[in-house]
Amino acid sequence: MIRFLLRRFVTMAVTLLIISALVFFIIKLPPGDFLSNQIAELRAQGESASIAKAEFLIKQYGLDRPAWEQYLVWLGVMPGPNGFSGLLQGDWGWSFEYDKPVVEVVGDALWLTLLVNLAVVIFIHVVSIPIAIYSATRQYSVGDYLATFIGYIGLATPSFLLALILLYYMNRWFGISIGGLYDAEYAGEPWDWPKIQSLLSHLVVPTVVIGLGGTAAMIRRMRANLLDELGKQYYVTAKAKGLGPTKALVKYPFRMSLNPFIADIGNLLPHLVSGSVLVSLVLSLPTVGPILLSALKSQDQFLAGFILMFVAVLTVVGMLISDLLLAWLDPRIRMGGGR
Amino acid sequence: MEAPLLSVRQLTVDFNTDAGNFRAVDGLTFDIPKGKTVALVGESGSGKSVTAQAILQILSKKARIESGSILFNDPSSGKTVDIASLPPESDAMHALRGGRIAMIFQEPMTSLSPLHTIGDQISEALMIHADVDQAKANQRTMEVLARVGFPDPKRALTTYPFELSGGLRQRAMIAMALITRPALLIADEPTTALDVTTQAQILDLIKELQIETGMSVLLITHDLGVVANVADEVVVMYRGRIMEAGSRENIFRNPQHPYLQALMRAVPRFAMAENERLTPIREVTSATLATANAPERIQPKGPILRAEHLTKCFTLRSGWFSGKMREIRAVSEVDLSLPVGKTLGLVGESGCGKTTVSKMIMRALNPNSGRVLFDDGTGPKDVHKLEGDALTAYRRSVQFIFQDPFSSLNPRMTVYELLTEPLRIHNIGTSDERYERVKQLLDMVGLDQRSLRRYPHSFSGGQRQRLGIARALALEPRVLLCDEPVSALDVSVQAQVLNLLKDLQAALGLSYLFVSHNLAVVDYIADTIAVMCRGYIVEEAPKSSLFRNPVHPYTQALLAAVPDPDIDRPLDFAKLRAGRFSHPSEWPEPFRIKPGEFGVMKEIEPGHKVRLGHLTAREAA
Repeated sequence: MIRFLLRRFVTMAVTLLIISALVFFIIKLPPGDFLSNQIAELRAQGESASIAKAEFLIKQYGLDRPAWEQYLVWLGVMPGPNGFSGLLQGDWGWSFEYDKPVVEVVGDALWLTLLVNLAVVIFIHVVSIPIAIYSATRQYSVGDYLATFIGYIGLATPSFLLALILLYYMNRWFGISIGGLYDAEYAGEPWDWPKIQSLLSHLVVPTVVIGLGGTAAMIRRMRANLLDELGKQYYVTAKAKGLGPTKALVKYPFRMSLNPFIADIGNLLPHLVSGSVLVSLVLSLPTVGPILLSALKSQDQFLAGFILMFVAVLTVVGMLISDLLLAWLDPRIRMGGGR
Repeated sequence: MEAPLLSVRQLTVDFNTDAGNFRAVDGLTFDIPKGKTVALVGESGSGKSVTAQAILQILSKKARIESGSILFNDPSSGKTVDIASLPPESDAMHALRGGRIAMIFQEPMTSLSPLHTIGDQISEALMIHADVDQAKANQRTMEVLARVGFPDPKRALTTYPFELSGGLRQRAMIAMALITRPALLIADEPTTALDVTTQAQILDLIKELQIETGMSVLLITHDLGVVANVADEVVVMYRGRIMEAGSRENIFRNPQHPYLQALMRAVPRFAMAENERLTPIREVTSATLATANAPERIQPKGPILRAEHLTKCFTLRSGWFSGKMREIRAVSEVDLSLPVGKTLGLVGESGCGKTTVSKMIMRALNPNSGRVLFDDGTGPKDVHKLEGDALTAYRRSVQFIFQDPFSSLNPRMTVYELLTEPLRIHNIGTSDERYERVKQLLDMVGLDQRSLRRYPHSFSGGQRQRLGIARALALEPRVLLCDEPVSALDVSVQAQVLNLLKDLQAALGLSYLFVSHNLAVVDYIADTIAVMCRGYIVEEAPKSSLFRNPVHPYTQALLAAVPDPDIDRPLDFAKLRAGRFSHPSEWPEPFRIKPGEFGVMKEIEPGHKVRLGHLTAREAA
């Protein structure tokens, strides 16, 4: 077990290293960078004081040095102007666009993102699993067709469109604004009870909007998985033992059909961050999605780099978690036997 | 007369399909007396499994009991219930199911959940029906596991099904069925998926337990050999109806119904006369085959195919979390030789390495040592050193027939595409010539030319296997490797395919390497038989002398374990109980082979060779 974990950690580290190189160079691919673009702009306006500051920043972050040196400095394995100070040392860098350290820019947004998307994940599972079980055990019944039909609508509806529609009608019918994650008056306030209440009530619509497509997809997949398992011999065995229908279903086929979803956790975690950019923009949610988008557009390299690296870490960690969970749940994997 | 335990009267089961109603069981009437074994015999699709499911009310959703009654006289309560009138999910039915009537299934691998321990699954059966706590249930589970022959019942409680061999899994299934002490055990093809020696042990176990508990057994099988050995009464079914029913004596000594007589003639037996031909229920006729000739080719002087000292090892990781590697020797020092136009039978139980040998001959696997020599008339060449054109030519000459006719044909290709694919790959002929060739091939295997545009799913198992044979013949091969080609087929169809293979060999001068676990089948088709066990060839002989005079203990055990559909030749269960015949290190001297040794083959009469341990070999020298 320990040997396995060690081996996994080494491969994870290598994977992350490769990803970091890719991330950095892809951000660097378009000519120029945020500061030189800005300097050009300032020159055009003739503001020499700002130019001096920008040039100071270029020196400060070594933007005048070759790309590979910048990369190593960003990683923290090569001394920059401030000595070793990069990702490895916990220095996420400076956001030029916001003129603040990256930590401050993404700090609040990061955990709000996680919160929104966690709510989405829970919503998806809580809604889709019972519907899928219903639909699979009553295949080709009216209820199954209805669930299938609604599922297809859910799959086919673009979530940003649904967001726009809800935005309009919620305001018109109930007079509430669903933009943002809490009422404007709480912005910058400390987290007290009224603010949390406001957050919770604002959370409902984004959760439904973002989760709808996922729910529909999950119902379809879960139903198909479960139908496969329902035809298996061991389910007949369980019934032949005299087990009641619900217990036989939950103990055997349902548990078997969970495997693919556990294996999916690795994909789910990064999706938490990057999956809902469009909806976040439409509903003006203070999540990292929109920040990432603007950082990529303006070549705010440290900010974009950090968010992308964060997603990468989530992916690798998610894979590890799903592998460990699978091994824990499925003895065939744990013991490396079977077929 | 005492009332029977179960009386089925005029049972009718219908399936609702898209094409309308399909009657799977039609007016079935039979009794299961107390303490007796009733065998329900028939080909696949005869409705025998559906009958069993109807008794337990676990029919699939599309099926329903249309009419008739299933009266169950419970000996413990003395009450009689009509199962057919109970709703499937009623409490009374739940109590019967598993409690008074238990069932075991064909596939012990898939019938147990791989995610739950044996102990969990067996004790669950008891806890549903008896008011016991987990500790007591575990105690009882251990007792039952010990009774069905688990060497270490305590450990077995926490074992997962995939850690067990097929035989032990089926024993676990039996334990699960018997823990509630049911009055009736329904065994649906309980030994079909098992090796012959294991099959004999399981049948023996069921018999013993039956005597101990006085339960009745409903045995569902297609194997007349099994029926002849364990049944008291026999019911023969065909297309949902009873063709003939009676005591075992009557059925085997004096079969009346033409269907039963035909079925009996279709089963290969050991006591068959030389050149006696099986009579399939539906014979394949082919005009092309009668006039077909082997292509003119230079014939090799020696054997067309020879294996010398073939050895293959596989490395396995012994656990998911550990990096340790284990090495398993699947094939040890195998020597074979296949003469032109003859059939070499390779017999052994699952896992003995017979398929690995055929794959190495096909060059799908590389041996660790040893070589395969192929002689196309220009002298023997090492198959694993062939390259370029020579390799392509070899691929043309050696073709494969697979076990499973369902998964070996691409369901998205028509018959025409399937049969022309080998020709296209090897760039043979124009499209007109290919079309002609395919028509010829289809006729050779007795299929209608109208099937060209159809897809595999519209054919029956036997027809598909014939398509597989036609595909293998497309390139005019010299050698066919047949890997269990009839083990997935019904007896009647099996005879048909075996006869076809024989006719093809006679007409086209083919040489066969015939891999099978079924000794009777190999006896029917092969000229020489090699017996494999744990990667060794333990005995090799012309078939007459192998069956007349088996020398090796493993061969003897294997022969003794085959149930013959002849009630005058019953299985010798006592002899098979020892079960120490499949471990080379436990064979008696002079056959014992220590781990790491290979032993040597010794010729005891012309053509009859037996593997001996090293010690004896040295003494002899």
